[in-house]
Amino acid sequence: MTSGEIKEVVLDILEGIAPDEDLSGIVDDVPLREQLELDSMDFLDIVMELRKRYRVQIPEDDYVELATMQSTVDYLAPLMKDLQKV
Amino acid sequence: MPKDFLQGAHDRYDVIVIGSGLAGLTAANTLARAGRSVLLLEQHYKLGGMATWFRRPGGHIFDISLHGFPVGMVKSCRRYWTSEIADSIVQLKNIRFDNPMFSLTTTFNREDFTRLLVERFQVAADAVRSFFDTARGMNFYDDQRMTTGELFERSFPGREDVIRLLMEPITYANGSTLEDPAISYGIVFSNFMSKGVFTFQGGTDHLIKLMHADLLKSGVDVRIRADVERIIIRGGRVWGVRVNGREIAAGSVVSNANLKSTIFKLVGEERFDPSFRDEARSVRLNNSSCQVYMALKPGDELDENLGDLLFSSTAPLFRTEALLSRDVTSRTYSFYYPRTRPGSDRCMIVSSTNARYEDWAGLSRDDYEASKQDLVETTLDAASKYVPNIRERVDHAEASTPLTFHHYTKHLDGASFGTKFEGLAVSRALPEQVSGLFHAGSVGIIMSGWLGAMNYGVIVANDVDNWLLKSAAAPVAPCAEVS
Ligand SMILES: Cc1cc2nc3c(=O)[nH]c(=O)nc-3n(C[C@H](O)[C@H](O)[C@H](O)COP(=O)(O)OP(=O)(O)OC[C@H]3O[C@@H](n4cnc5c(N)ncnc54)[C@H](O)[C@@H]3O)c2cc1C
Repeated sequence: MTSGEIKEVVLDILEGIAPDEDLSGIVDDVPLREQLELDSMDFLDIVMELRKRYRVQIPEDDYVELATMQSTVDYLAPLMKDLQKV
Repeated sequence: MPKDFLQGAHDRYDVIVIGSGLAGLTAANTLARAGRSVLLLEQHYKLGGMATWFRRPGGHIFDISLHGFPVGMVKSCRRYWTSEIADSIVQLKNIRFDNPMFSLTTTFNREDFTRLLVERFQVAADAVRSFFDTARGMNFYDDQRMTTGELFERSFPGREDVIRLLMEPITYANGSTLEDPAISYGIVFSNFMSKGVFTFQGGTDHLIKLMHADLLKSGVDVRIRADVERIIIRGGRVWGVRVNGREIAAGSVVSNANLKSTIFKLVGEERFDPSFRDEARSVRLNNSSCQVYMALKPGDELDENLGDLLFSSTAPLFRTEALLSRDVTSRTYSFYYPRTRPGSDRCMIVSSTNARYEDWAGLSRDDYEASKQDLVETTLDAASKYVPNIRERVDHAEASTPLTFHHYTKHLDGASFGTKFEGLAVSRALPEQVSGLFHAGSVGIIMSGWLGAMNYGVIVANDVDNWLLKSAAAPVAPCAEVS
């Protein structure tokens, strides 16, 4: 998967988590929490969804990497580079 | 031959969940939805744990722990259960306080508390804002030394009335006191007292019925009257459980039983490091409860002005000790109108008080029954202040005590709200002690209550799923040793 595809995956997951939010204007390097109403359960749901869909494992200590869209994509890129988007 | 409640159960599952409290139910559902095979074992004949109800002749249904929960339940139910469950959650808008310091009604949200504090209690608006912001900003990783009492003293020095308003509901909700860490208060307060109180329309029985259906849809193998006697550990990792005399294997076991029962009864202390054992032993349990359930005669309606929840007290000041004493001065009433169960013509009153197990456990059978009856009588007297002619209007009244809670959930000392703060760290550290063993259930004040337990079930389900994935990838360790 390319970085662009990973971003699409994350956006798709976010859409399920925050169905009432407009995701079109998300700024890549601003914390997601400042742009969307997300709490710690929401971040956990992102982690669970990534594992469910792609078997990607994110240890608890790495949750901080999910702060912005950019940091999320950068963090996931090496983990997901050999996977196919579903 | 007695009925075999495990008939048709497999010999092995990915996960066995012990206990069907809200944490156990939600963990089971989350894991099954993630594709794991899950066996859910509940010793009682009903699912739900403390989220329960009972029926009495005449068609009365009493709810035990449906007094109110935070708005966050809507999101959690939608996500981890179904939208039908989430859509049945409604706000309780009339929350009342009546004590020698003040009598008032509130919608129990930030705006209304601010209005009350500024207008009625004459607190500076800045101080109120700063208190709400401080509580909201509190995080699990913050300093744990400051107590709730100190937080109040800093924010509202000398204002016992303000403390009572902001603390009494939380003490009822989770048994926490002024001596507990401020962060546990801050987190619960921000969830609970900033956006109102909510309830489940249809009653606890309806909720659990919907959850049961969803568990089956997710593929969970659900078993009641399945009493887990032992968590079996072999080769240094969890092997499975012994239940109703039968051994069943699992890749991972999640215990929703009381944290201390899990460690000391289901596993056995010899399995743990001495330092962990000591830490676990020193975890303090939260208090238990007494309740009195009163049903009005069919068709007799309570006046809606009574409100939904009433925090009442005759004690001149707010004191933790007074709240636990058997000399009851403080009661929280839940008034249930026919709208609780649409279509019903019943009104119910449930009075709850915090209580200590040891005050009830040592009594002789006769003294116990007499004390229970006394609790019913004194509660009817106290409630008559709010419900005129209550004695003539009541069709059925009875009491429960810490022994009742112990009997139905096996919680040590009948603990209503799990453990004090330190229990969370012990619960989280369990898998480091026994590989594959997890605990999910009311602990640490912040992970208790309907919402806390449910969310903790999800947090632990995530750990379990992650662990199963990792342990499947790891080479299988040689396992000759059998315990
Ligand atoms: C009187 C009272 C009023 C309350 N009011 C509210 C309220 O208004 N709002 C709110 O949010 N919260 C309330 N609570 C708290 C809330 O009900 C609990 O925090 C929550 O339901 C606990 O869920 P849990 O998952 O931790 O486990 P529990 O509900 O404690 O369930 C544990 C389950 O494990 C089972 N079990 C134990 N041992 C075994 C074994 N060996 N084998 C098989 N099964 C076993 C038990 O039978 C039980 O079903 C109240 C609690 C009480 C007691």
